[in-house]
Amino acid sequence: MRQIAFYGKGGIGKSTTSQNTVVAMAEAGQRVMIVGCDPKADSTRLILHTKMQQTIMSLAAQSGSVDDLELEDVLRVGFQDIKCVESGGPEPGVGCAGRGVITAINFLEENGAYEDLDIVMYDVLGDVVCGGFAMPIREGKAQEIYIVVSGEMMAMYAANNIARGVLKYANSGGVRLGGLICNERQVHREVELIEALAQKLNTQMIHFVPRAKQVQQAELRRMTVIEYSPNHPQADVYRELAKKIENNTKLTIPTPLAMDDLEQLLLDFGLMDDDESIVGLTEEQEKLKAVAS
Amino acid sequence: MDTGKTNAPLGIKDHVELFQEERYQKSFEAKRAASEMPCEEDVLKVSEWTKTKEYKEKNFAREAAVINPAKACQPLGAVLCSLGFEGTLPFVHGSQGCVAYFRTYFARHFKEPIAAVSSSMTEDAAVFGGLSNMIEGLGNAYALYKPKMIAVSTTCMAEVIGDDLNAFIKNAKEQGAIPEDLPVPFAHTPSFVGSHLTGYDNILKGILQALSEARAKGSPNGKVNIIPGFDTYPANIREVKRMLKAFGIEATILADTSDVVDSPNTGDYHLYPAGTPLEEALDAQNASATLALQRYSTLKTLEWVSQNWAQQKTLALRPIGVKGTDAFMEAISEITGKPIPEELEKERGRLLDAMTDSSAWIHGKRFAIYGDPDLVLGLTSFLMELGAEPAHLLCTNGDKEFTKEAEEMLSSNPFGASGKVYTGKDLWHLRSLLFTEPVDFFIGNAHGKYLQRDTGTPLVRIGFPIFDRHHLHRYPILGYQGALNVLTMVVNTVLDELDRKTDVPGKTDISFDLIR
Repeated sequence: MRQIAFYGKGGIGKSTTSQNTVVAMAEAGQRVMIVGCDPKADSTRLILHTKMQQTIMSLAAQSGSVDDLELEDVLRVGFQDIKCVESGGPEPGVGCAGRGVITAINFLEENGAYEDLDIVMYDVLGDVVCGGFAMPIREGKAQEIYIVVSGEMMAMYAANNIARGVLKYANSGGVRLGGLICNERQVHREVELIEALAQKLNTQMIHFVPRAKQVQQAELRRMTVIEYSPNHPQADVYRELAKKIENNTKLTIPTPLAMDDLEQLLLDFGLMDDDESIVGLTEEQEKLKAVAS
Repeated sequence: MDTGKTNAPLGIKDHVELFQEERYQKSFEAKRAASEMPCEEDVLKVSEWTKTKEYKEKNFAREAAVINPAKACQPLGAVLCSLGFEGTLPFVHGSQGCVAYFRTYFARHFKEPIAAVSSSMTEDAAVFGGLSNMIEGLGNAYALYKPKMIAVSTTCMAEVIGDDLNAFIKNAKEQGAIPEDLPVPFAHTPSFVGSHLTGYDNILKGILQALSEARAKGSPNGKVNIIPGFDTYPANIREVKRMLKAFGIEATILADTSDVVDSPNTGDYHLYPAGTPLEEALDAQNASATLALQRYSTLKTLEWVSQNWAQQKTLALRPIGVKGTDAFMEAISEITGKPIPEELEKERGRLLDAMTDSSAWIHGKRFAIYGDPDLVLGLTSFLMELGAEPAHLLCTNGDKEFTKEAEEMLSSNPFGASGKVYTGKDLWHLRSLLFTEPVDFFIGNAHGKYLQRDTGTPLVRIGFPIFDRHHLHRYPILGYQGALNVLTMVVNTVLDELDRKTDVPGKTDISFDLIR
């Protein structure tokens, strides 16, 4: 059994990418489970055609503890017989979402959810923000991490942060970075930029997912592209990603960048301006300065 | 009133008398008035109301509060188990207060010093993670206390923030805080899950796992492994060893706490007085069988043993009472091919004789019991052998499996017909039960004394903790000898109560008999 985790900045298209990828894996005959590690519980929506209502934490909150839950209560089977679980978690502003992830994964392990599977996919919220969100990459869990990224500055910051999190665990355990998945944002020289970032992180850009309207069309129907339009070229993009992950042998210990190096990279690609003289000047001050010179 | 009784020559008064003096009584009264305490009459009224069926209904409908649960937390169980290995320092990753609690809890029960350390996490560790506490803590503990093994468990604090013990311990070794080859087994032991039994089970599994990784499997050693489970009677472990010796069997006790929590006073303090020799524990994987003497504190460990030491027979028994001990004897005899020793058969005979002697006094007596699942099941089974009738079986840390086992045991025995099983309930629930459906006596730990005071039901102290009576843990309750001890405690409690009921001269003392 292989365990894989997708990390990435919020809104980058992680859940869409991971769901399309696991569907492609299941289509190829793999027995797959997807574990959503996000209080929003939208990591399995496209496979179940509905937002999962029975998250582990919501049921635990109802009954007072996870002790009384059964696996059947929280596990739903969706398209291509993919097993779907959502950790769930607290409302924004209260409680501890990371703890929810730990509780959920412990519950799954204790109740034998990991039996008879070829692939387990964790879809993890945003950045590696606390011990809880690093749970999926502990020893005995996901040993392959893929970071979903785009050519936008904040997405790259996040990717670098995640690589730092992975490094913490890579030193003491078997967890490795499998590559960056670039979700196109139509930034100038995006492929080159992400490839350059990948190189500095001691990894690869494993795949480039071009932007396609078809993804939104499918999402409107709460479906993956592969299910909605199996013959569309975008479906093949995800199939290709699934195949690349399946055959991936380049698993590395990442070398995260220092903030200065990351900024230099952004400078090199023109995503940041290196003109120090304008820092901290208001529009008015800038005008005055221009007049003076 | 000043009795004038002093403890010469220092003149220190016993606090039992001291606080009855007028000046203290006056001060208490003034305090009650100042804090607007309800008058005595109202207190009495409410107190009477708590004895009613109506209150019981309300009490059992209680959802949000737990009052005096009959269980402790995971790391407490983990600490006891860790203490049972030679040269092993229990190290709890988390806050200091938790570990201080474990130490005092055990020290008060065993009347013995207990060694355990913490990684002393504070608020900043909760924010930044406990990695540096772990590394420094392990480094210091190793340098100061020179253990042969450090067994790491966790408190709620480390668990809530999600500290990863496996990664942390590897880091500590990589950074040279502790030697690479020092065994450092670990278990995540969050107290908001399970009870002390879960913690015992988790760390024992961790220890066995770590030790069998440290050495490859060898040739069969012909020994039997015995896992006592969360057992707070050192005399139980000694009794089991004695029985096995009578069989002529070599056994490895996995987590032998007996000489750690009950060590001889030699005038010197030993940080690691005894425990299962690590050499023996390393060899445990080559035994022919692993027997647990409790089921519910060894579930995960036994499962692990059956998967990883596949050549071994694994079995959970409960050698309490005649039936329980018979099953233990038969299992040992079957596994080793050795006959049951005559010496033990004679002991069994003497026990049966004693049971016959006391039967008239115990037969038909109704009782309640609370405690850990295996203790409740074992003792209830034995009490039914004596002809007593279980009314309430309360097990705060009992699960569905336990309920099923308990209900089957009750329904298959005519004495058990009216017995009811309560899991997840606490001692305040039991208090209601003792008022609304009274019993002749009840069995439980020291906390039961408050129920005895409130309800007047006599308490037989068996369980953990027992803080308020001495040396009970020095007498076994396992095996035929143990059964004899239990019988002695039960029958004499019944007879004491009978004396109390018949001690008014000229009124009830027609039954105040010398011969019972």
